[in-house]
Amino acid sequence: MGAGHAHPLHLDHDSRVHRLPAEVKIVATLLFTIVVVITPREKFVAFAGYLLLLVGVLVVAKVPPGWLAKRATIELPFVLLAIALPFAGHGERVHWLGMSLSVDGLHGAWNIFAKGTLGVLASLLLAATTTARDLLLGLDRLRCPQVFTQIATFMLRYLDILADDARRMRVARLSRGYDPRFLWQVKAFAVGVGALFIRSYERGERVYLAMVARGYSGRLPRPEGTGATTADWVRSATLPIAAGVIALVAVLA
Amino acid sequence: MNGVAMHIANGIVNAQVSAIFAAIAAAALAICVWRGRADLDDRLAPMAGLVAAFIFAVQMLNFQVLPGVSGHLLGGTLAVVLVGPWVGALCVSTVLIIQCLLFADGGLTALGLNITNMAVVGTAAGYLLVAGLLRVLPKTPRGVAITAFVASVVSVVVASQAFVLEYALGGTTELNLTTIAGTMAAAHVLIGIGEGLIAAVTVATVARVRPDLVYALRRFRKTASPSPKPAVPAPAVGGAA
Repeated sequence: MGAGHAHPLHLDHDSRVHRLPAEVKIVATLLFTIVVVITPREKFVAFAGYLLLLVGVLVVAKVPPGWLAKRATIELPFVLLAIALPFAGHGERVHWLGMSLSVDGLHGAWNIFAKGTLGVLASLLLAATTTARDLLLGLDRLRCPQVFTQIATFMLRYLDILADDARRMRVARLSRGYDPRFLWQVKAFAVGVGALFIRSYERGERVYLAMVARGYSGRLPRPEGTGATTADWVRSATLPIAAGVIALVAVLA
Repeated sequence: MNGVAMHIANGIVNAQVSAIFAAIAAAALAICVWRGRADLDDRLAPMAGLVAAFIFAVQMLNFQVLPGVSGHLLGGTLAVVLVGPWVGALCVSTVLIIQCLLFADGGLTALGLNITNMAVVGTAAGYLLVAGLLRVLPKTPRGVAITAFVASVVSVVVASQAFVLEYALGGTTELNLTTIAGTMAAAHVLIGIGEGLIAAVTVATVARVRPDLVYALRRFRKTASPSPKPAVPAPAVGGAA
């Protein structure tokens, strides 16, 4: 956990998608997701088209499909909700394998499943190809208010501090022969949480004051690069534009 | 971070309602940026980051409510007590934005909904209660802890009902709304109690060890700041990077 720039979903290698500036990737992901969400749910072909587009990005970004599929399980709670809908929905019902299913619920389930999955896959591809630092830089270049980037910068730094301190305190507790894991031992956990907060704050405060002493004024220096070029914008625009064309064709057909 | 944490995903609430709530969230956050900038001094900047990180970690704790509906801690009240309402709302929304972009948690188009529920409604409810209760309760670590607990329970339930409202306006599937409202409320009372305990313990510890860091206690301490560590140096002027 040495370098604070990676995050658990980042896939550390080089590809054409990795090299794109973060701001164009954020905008492309956002536009793509919007197109997916506004597509009427009964246009099944369009969703297949979107999936193919994402497969294309996956190939260019050299992201292993298994790696992506494993992380897409974050969506599981909503898939379970989707499975419950055909049973709980109202209106016209169909009978299939002896089960009475609501048509509206089936459509709703498909809607959540398709749009949710495509959205998660798009976000995962963004996360896999962008480091936390680049993402903040991208948000900064997109004129995101400085308060946000400042809080986010500290947050990502503190996450590592919190995790490390929590691990140290756990080891210290275990090595003293105490391992609270039942409800009536919750006090140990509670006291630990408070102590963790103060410890992390005081470590982080020292780091912050050291940063201020070295000239930090709310914004990290931007060392290299001048941001996205027109070519970068054009290259990343292919994804949302292709999705838009698919949506138009599907709606008009 | 293998926890299955999930905010509202894409496609749960339809596009029009998502857009309306995105606009509401943007307007509310603009006010918070405007008011929060004055608050964000040398002491609050690292605190805001830590509170955001803490909320991030705490939101990873997920409770299965029903198959498919899980609730998690929100952290809005903790933020209100430690960094104030404006910066607090910004902290929670920063968490939500980063979770959405880097951890694929919560749909990009549902970001407005998630921010409205957790950062705006949850934090506002928490703030009103904290401000009200602290007028009555003693300004001691114990008083702040009780305040944080009560405000957490209420704000979590209120935020969960905001989701019910959004679903009523633009849910993509017709479901019985009273069932959803009841289930969400019941589940979030339990979650609120869990959240309240975490918030109360954290706030009580901070109030005992570093009372100077508790925003909610600031205005009751206008004279002679009793902070044990007042040594926050003035920002370096014109330091070379």
